[in-house]
Amino acid sequence: MIQLNINNKVYEVDASADMPLLWAIRDLVGLTGTKFGCGIAQCGACTVHVNGTPVRSCSFPVGAAAGKMITTIEGVNEKIGEAVKKAWIELQVPQCGYCQSGQIMSATALLKSKPHPTDADIDAAMQGNLCRCGTYQRIRSAIHRAAEMI
Amino acid sequence: MTNNNSNINRRNFIRLTGLTGTGLILGLSGKASNATNIENLSAAADPFELGAFIMINPNGEITLFNSKPEIGQGTFQSIPALMAEELEVSLDKVTIKQTGGEKKYGFMQFAGGSMSIRSEYHNLRKVGAAAKEMLLKAASTQWNVPVSECYASEATIIHRPTGKKLGYGELAEAASKLEVPKSPVLKDPKDFKILGKPGARPDIPLKVNGTAVFGIDATVPGMVYASIERCPVFNSKLVSFDATAAKKIKGVIAVETCERIHEVYKTTGVAVIAETYWAAVQGRKALIVTWDHQGNETFNSKDFEQSLRDTAKKETGAVAHQQGDFDKAFANAAVKLEAFYETPVVSHSPIEPMNCLASFTEGNKLEIWTSTQVPGSLVTDFAKEYQIPVENMKVHTLFNGGGFGRRLYPDYVHEAVQLTKKIGKPVKAIWTREDDTQQGPFRPMTYSAMKGALSPDGKAIAFQHKVIAPTLDMKKDYDKSKSDETMTEGISEQKYEIEHMKNVYVHHYMPVPLAAWRAVTSTTLAFSHECFIDEMAYAAKKDGMAFRLGMLTKESDTKNVLQKLKEVSSWDKPLPTGWGRGVAQYEFFAGQGGYVIEVSKKGLGIKIEKVYAVIDLGTVVNPDMVSAQVEGAATMALTAAIKNGITFDKGKTVQSNYSTNPLVRINEMPKVEVHILTNGGDKIKGVGEPGLPPFAPALCNAIFAATGKRIRRLPFDINKIV
Ligand code: FES
Ligand code: FES
Repeated sequence: MIQLNINNKVYEVDASADMPLLWAIRDLVGLTGTKFGCGIAQCGACTVHVNGTPVRSCSFPVGAAAGKMITTIEGVNEKIGEAVKKAWIELQVPQCGYCQSGQIMSATALLKSKPHPTDADIDAAMQGNLCRCGTYQRIRSAIHRAAEMI
Repeated sequence: MTNNNSNINRRNFIRLTGLTGTGLILGLSGKASNATNIENLSAAADPFELGAFIMINPNGEITLFNSKPEIGQGTFQSIPALMAEELEVSLDKVTIKQTGGEKKYGFMQFAGGSMSIRSEYHNLRKVGAAAKEMLLKAASTQWNVPVSECYASEATIIHRPTGKKLGYGELAEAASKLEVPKSPVLKDPKDFKILGKPGARPDIPLKVNGTAVFGIDATVPGMVYASIERCPVFNSKLVSFDATAAKKIKGVIAVETCERIHEVYKTTGVAVIAETYWAAVQGRKALIVTWDHQGNETFNSKDFEQSLRDTAKKETGAVAHQQGDFDKAFANAAVKLEAFYETPVVSHSPIEPMNCLASFTEGNKLEIWTSTQVPGSLVTDFAKEYQIPVENMKVHTLFNGGGFGRRLYPDYVHEAVQLTKKIGKPVKAIWTREDDTQQGPFRPMTYSAMKGALSPDGKAIAFQHKVIAPTLDMKKDYDKSKSDETMTEGISEQKYEIEHMKNVYVHHYMPVPLAAWRAVTSTTLAFSHECFIDEMAYAAKKDGMAFRLGMLTKESDTKNVLQKLKEVSSWDKPLPTGWGRGVAQYEFFAGQGGYVIEVSKKGLGIKIEKVYAVIDLGTVVNPDMVSAQVEGAATMALTAAIKNGITFDKGKTVQSNYSTNPLVRINEMPKVEVHILTNGGDKIKGVGEPGLPPFAPALCNAIFAATGKRIRRLPFDINKIV
């Protein structure tokens, strides 16, 4: 049994330590807001925060997450996260929406470290998150908008 | 399971409507025959099977049904909006339910071909207007006042002289007893409150907080997971497999074969079924499978591309369209041009991989939860294929994590259905990204041999577009005397007034699974077509805009699009040194759009400085969503133009994941400025696709203007223009 602290709630999961955190979150804990896109840290759809840092949960063994604070999209509720979500709705960012949990997790982490990011900061922080629907320009605007709101 | 967007079943329905009566339920029928009737379904035992679109509960709850799968294009807002506008309710006060292919919702229950609004704009407004008229009548009867003294607003009927009010819920029961008006009066567009305005999409909050349920998120009790090994060499046969090691992996419960059915392309794979998806993937890695490649292991892109070029030279092709006498005009022309254009095979690569949860239960019942663009045909086709009565089929159309044409094809549903039948448990089969990239189906390439001729004064007099390509249906035995409409899409629809024209199609078989891709063949043909028009412009010593407009003396949407582009891009304003601008437009089945793109030289490469887009719509339902679709189409077009796409070697796909089959990332995508032409009238054009085809030619025409380098083969390296 591995103990996971997800969104300030403790879960016991029956998983081998090398199972990716993504599948423990989705299939064992049942939080499906975190998405599977590539499995090799290329798309960012599975982005969660581990001790406040964005990680690709598809390439992060569940064993290494034990005892750490994990935040998924369902647990994004502090000031910065709320501003990001608000800006995302205001600018109608999502299209299919599948990549957006990951986008929001990356954007929230960016705004925590850089409250007023430049376009170059956004490029650097958001490059790991693919969007096949092509919502990039709205993501950029929404990050700037969220920065204004915070 | 709790799904915000699942179909309601009868049990939920009873709960929803309470015991006091069903309220007012209106639907549509006769869609298959194209004669649409509005029907009162209020007394029906199962209004869903009968195609309910509007349901007004006596407690005031209003439910609107969306018959078009939500794939990111915004039908979760735009389709209910058609009804809400006429019904006088705001969208944030209604519940939206997704239909699941129920027979009575008709054969247009799919998302494809940029058809959603085009097929529903009038029908669904009529249903909304009919419901409103019935509610008005019910109120006026109750008050004993003329109906002309009453009006509807915010789900309430109001008596103008006295200010008396009755909510829709209070009137639903009485309204349900009235006759449905035959021809309800539609609102004058100038009174629209929702349509034509940038309304917020009701699915967006769910997609921002992680609660939206996509196909991959569906769960049912007792469900198991499957991962399927398919031969990487196309068209191979399964010989045998050894599952001993796979079955030793903890959590693996079964290993079974299943057939992937993609139109005529059928192959057998080996599925590892396990308690968790991760265990299924581990088990799959431990499989030992023997395939018979049947000689297909020699197929490779290099030889195949050469064979396309050879075919182009050898075969004259079948005529798709002709006018005047092209051969004679070309032979005698003062100035002649010829060029050969090449495009790549590409993948759809939605970020949500293919997946399907299927549950086959006793009594020959089948329930499917999936991301699909075609719930309607899932019901009819699977009922037929697996001999299940249609009434025993239940499809849950969940949010699609991208469609782009890939989810028009239910090969991934077939696999899950076979597996649940075999093991008697609900099975969720999920493709890996590698499966998705390597197995296709793919958008095929088209190669184009272009010919054009000019008069001595630089007027276009003859034009030929010869397309060399396979057909999307993958038929090997093709009657070469016939042209194929899909593979020559749009090339004969362009409005340029050129006297002598002969477009032809040459069939060339390709042994891999193929499929329609967003904007289909126009995505490659627009590139060759509009770049070659640019070549003719330069040969005529005219700029691309003037040359095109010179060939458009008659009024047309094409002319309007180009004039709008000219205006919004300040086409005639000089650019800084080292910059260049290009224009392209394309008209095809889905609609019409165009771009002006400005680029600058940056070292060896080029930088995209400005992107101006114009989409011609006539009638627009949600302008913000239209912009989003064009922004997205431009991004997809840029990926197809500059990223490496799909190639084959040794009978297999070379690329496997986003690492080797990359998509454009945020740092590579310029801003797109979208302009919508809404000249009103009865014209309704498609939104999802027209933003794609003209992007690559506008970009390449701009690169020529900046560098003098003519790009005739996609993809190209934007960081190294040589
Ligand atoms: S699924 Fe983890 S980065 Fe793509
Ligand atoms: S919104 Fe569809 S992949 Fe990003």
